[in-house]
Amino acid sequence: MKRSAPLVIVGAGPAGLAAAKTALDHGLPAVLLDEQPAAGGQIYRGVGEAGEGRRKVLGADYAKGADLLRVLADKGLDYRPGAEVWEMTREREIFFTRQGAVERLAADQLILCTGAIERPMPFPGWTLPGVMTCGAAQILLKTAGVYPRQDIVLAGSGPLLLLLATQLLATGAKIAALVETTPSENYKAALPYLPAALQAPDYIFKGLGFIRDLKRAGVPWHKSARELEALGDNAVLGLRFRDAAGIREVACGALLLHQGVVPNVQISRSLRLEHLWDPLQRCWRPKLDDWGLSEIPGVAVAGDGGGIVGAKASEAQGGLAALGALRRLGELDTAARDAKARSLQKDFRREVAPRRFLDALYRPSGAFLRPSDETIACRCEEVTAGRIREFVALGCLGPNQAKAFGRSGMGPCQGRVCGLLVSEIMADARGVSPDEVGYYRIRPPIKPVTLGEMASMAED
Amino acid sequence: MPSGSIFARLPEPDRRPVTLFFEGEPVGALQGDSVAAALLAAGKLTFRATPVGGAPRGPYCMMGVCFECLLEIDGVANRQGCMVQAADGMRVSRMLGARGLADSNGPAR
Repeated sequence: MKRSAPLVIVGAGPAGLAAAKTALDHGLPAVLLDEQPAAGGQIYRGVGEAGEGRRKVLGADYAKGADLLRVLADKGLDYRPGAEVWEMTREREIFFTRQGAVERLAADQLILCTGAIERPMPFPGWTLPGVMTCGAAQILLKTAGVYPRQDIVLAGSGPLLLLLATQLLATGAKIAALVETTPSENYKAALPYLPAALQAPDYIFKGLGFIRDLKRAGVPWHKSARELEALGDNAVLGLRFRDAAGIREVACGALLLHQGVVPNVQISRSLRLEHLWDPLQRCWRPKLDDWGLSEIPGVAVAGDGGGIVGAKASEAQGGLAALGALRRLGELDTAARDAKARSLQKDFRREVAPRRFLDALYRPSGAFLRPSDETIACRCEEVTAGRIREFVALGCLGPNQAKAFGRSGMGPCQGRVCGLLVSEIMADARGVSPDEVGYYRIRPPIKPVTLGEMASMAED
Repeated sequence: MPSGSIFARLPEPDRRPVTLFFEGEPVGALQGDSVAAALLAAGKLTFRATPVGGAPRGPYCMMGVCFECLLEIDGVANRQGCMVQAADGMRVSRMLGARGLADSNGPAR
């Protein structure tokens, strides 16, 4: 197997697939690594295999994702699904496990398209079986045609909460309650961004369409909910919360949470790229130029992994990152690159027009950024928010020291879920910006790899 | 599907049935399911007990991020149930508490 490649793309979502297409359109062969068994990323997860029934339930926007998969048939593409990257170096060497053996590749140009993960939504009981993210429920539907059929509560804030609710209704599932946590003051805060958002009015109309469908279906809808608590001992049995009418309890067997998405920075952090704090999106993103290039020569980031922009804008970024790589490889001169970039840049500007409006409208309530003392922050090591605050009181300055104080971030997820939370809690306790307390240092291997798999490297 | 599962399936008659074994008990699934999806569809919500407090846990993200769906699959501990495709005859068990060291006869218990 080849040990080096001019272009390696990591992640086969909208950005990665678009990057591959642009490269191949210019005659540049590309290697596309993806950890999932099928391409599409999370947004178009399973779209290549989904039958008529699933496509109907998931909607036209999902089904359209199949167009992006056409690039997989191109002979110039070396597509390797099921590839779990566990180490990447600043010299652009990639180590990954596939089919039980380790493979490695050296790339001249690397485009990271690692996408988004859901922002953690902590409150007492969020670790109970039966509590999962809205994204998880959608993945069940996209990959297996499996969905909760009754006793469902959706709780949180953001477009995915409403989209998933309409998709569940289309399956015939019964939704017990939609518990929206969007703080009422967000509506006013988002208003100044509405005119810009209306430059891409389809997003706004889609959202209004979800709201209309949910109201028409008579889904019980609670707004400005706070003080959430999942009830149950061995599995979730209900959700308790407070709204304008007082404290309520809704029984449920599936509690589906959403609080927006944040960049998946596990690889970019392990590469020690510089990351910038985004105070509106409340997350970090790698520092990139107009072509998605980081400070490491030949390492670019495109799509939500470089800052949340959404699926369509991610496609444009994937194309732009590939044009940048083509230029650096000498396949295009500057003028040709810039000429080809113009329509992508226009697409990008249009697709991100609603972003600030959505960010402001669905900005998480402080209770989910800095949860109550009894709430588990680090799920793996069962470290509560209160313990993190005790660490600060004892003189702990940031997330890396917090590992030594009490193991937060040291479990199997390696801080993926609690990273932002621990930074926010410590920043708040110290009275400084999250940027000042920083983030966990992420070290390889960033995915589990067995000794046997590592030993297989010696044989190839 | 056994009664009691809060999950249902869309009718997809073209997918091939597979049977895996969870804690020794046969669980019907369909080709293309991840192990985690197959178990949830069968109403199995709890996959493990945490090493620290012994608290029950099950799938949270279904995309390889949270590591809550860790299972022992065909003798290999700490596998992400959402990242492994269900296959006929697969032997799956819960991970209860902390892992021990592997002995000379096989995987960690």
